[in-house]
Amino acid sequence: MLSFETLSKTYADGTQALSAVTIDVAPGEILALVGGSGCGKTTLLRLIAGLDRPSAGRILLNGEAIVEPRADVGVIFQEPRLFPWLSVAENIGFGLSHLSSFEREGLVANALVRVGLAGHDGRWPRELSGGQQQRVAIARALVTRPKLLLMDEPFSALDATTRASLHGHLLALWGESRPTVVMVTHDVEEAVTLADRIVVMQPKPGRIFDAFDNPLARPRDRLSPAFEAAKREILRSLDRSLRDEAPYQQKAAETAGMWW
Amino acid sequence: MSALGLETAANEEGGPARSRPRRPGVALAGFALPVLLAILWEVAVDTGLANGRLMPPPSVVGATLWGLASSGELLTHATATLWRVAAGFGLGAAAGTLLGAITGALPVARGILDPTLQALRAIPSIAWVPLFILWLGIFEASKVALIAVGVFFPVYLGVAAAIQGIDRKIVEVGRVFRLGRLAMARRVLLPAILPAWITALRSGLGLGFMFVVAAEIMGASEGLGYLLVDGQQLGRPDTIIAAIISFAVLGKLADGLLVAVTRPVLAWQDTARDKL
Repeated sequence: MLSFETLSKTYADGTQALSAVTIDVAPGEILALVGGSGCGKTTLLRLIAGLDRPSAGRILLNGEAIVEPRADVGVIFQEPRLFPWLSVAENIGFGLSHLSSFEREGLVANALVRVGLAGHDGRWPRELSGGQQQRVAIARALVTRPKLLLMDEPFSALDATTRASLHGHLLALWGESRPTVVMVTHDVEEAVTLADRIVVMQPKPGRIFDAFDNPLARPRDRLSPAFEAAKREILRSLDRSLRDEAPYQQKAAETAGMWW
Repeated sequence: MSALGLETAANEEGGPARSRPRRPGVALAGFALPVLLAILWEVAVDTGLANGRLMPPPSVVGATLWGLASSGELLTHATATLWRVAAGFGLGAAAGTLLGAITGALPVARGILDPTLQALRAIPSIAWVPLFILWLGIFEASKVALIAVGVFFPVYLGVAAAIQGIDRKIVEVGRVFRLGRLAMARRVLLPAILPAWITALRSGLGLGFMFVVAAEIMGASEGLGYLLVDGQQLGRPDTIIAAIISFAVLGKLADGLLVAVTRPVLAWQDTARDKL
């Protein structure tokens, strides 16, 4: 279980990026964070990754507080962030240096097949297209079998066809070990395609505005009326969040307190 | 396959083309201008358009070079010069790399060391000569020290700037994989600065060859710099030009060797050098 307990982050210049974010993510759940620019999605992801420290509150993974990067947490960034001086295979095996070369090579070879890059092991990152590079980044994050996978808009720079193909690859890989996934995206369609739950965030300061359980079974048909309906509902919530309406949680609390 | 399918395939499988082998004609083109100028000067002296006394024609310089080479004198001078450059380059590059890494990586060290080193950098090289002779004597140590000073600063600046300029995003990947300080330095920082470090070493090597001239002019009994002074004192411009050509050849060979040795470790770079 991943839990955020009244998580807040204020930067040194006084900018409050997150305010009292509280949410639980079940093991194996895919949670998507959507919201306008500056709503603290990436800040939240960096806190979970242990790359930054919260100003208040805490993050618990299976009861242990996350205060620094952990071996059981994988991260896929917006850009592939491959090491240009390492081959594709060496990039994928970067986090496996504690294993014997035999074990490492086996895992890397398997990961290459899983992301559809078999035969590309000796190539340099510069020799790959953007989509291929992002597949290497996905393989690098998943080859260590993390319990928690964090993704910061990993498909945003890709064309629609490549993005759809990578969604398939990602879901197939997720299905093998079922890590908990927290992903940030601007793309509502992507959130509905991948996530079990979609959290809408509101900016200034970043906070949770609304949350939706995704009722659609996998594989999801993007052209189905149910998919469209889910998208519309989230888009409406996003619109409301950007019009600076009071957060859903706050409204619910206020409503609960009315006696008449 | 539809046009859309073709475009998608090209996008997925695409990527920069592999580097093209350099055509021999392109490599030889670099010799065209100096050879042309040499021929023109030879013809000008032969036909009496110029007397060639202060600027001897290529045939005279060639004969001098041949004479120096066949007598073994050129090898003696070239070996002495190369030894000095190698020793000075080794010391200067090692010190420049170490201090550049320290000041680049540690803000506290940068605050303490960098202002002093920048002030020392502003001192003209010749100003060190009397001090080095006093401290280290007239023989090899002072010459090597002067060359090391010349090599030190470009290497120091290059390494420090390269470390400060390392992409934060790449370092974050190292942090995500929980690399310790040493592992981060070995697996991320060092490879990341490698191209800049090699460029700095090449600059340092070039300056090493400049400083060896100053070092050998200040008092030496052998070396190409000594040959320059000897040519001047004997009124032999052909000897001076022969020494200059030898410097050029040695410098170019040393640089070429450095490039050749380091080329394999930079094969990953996505550069346009083969397309320009």
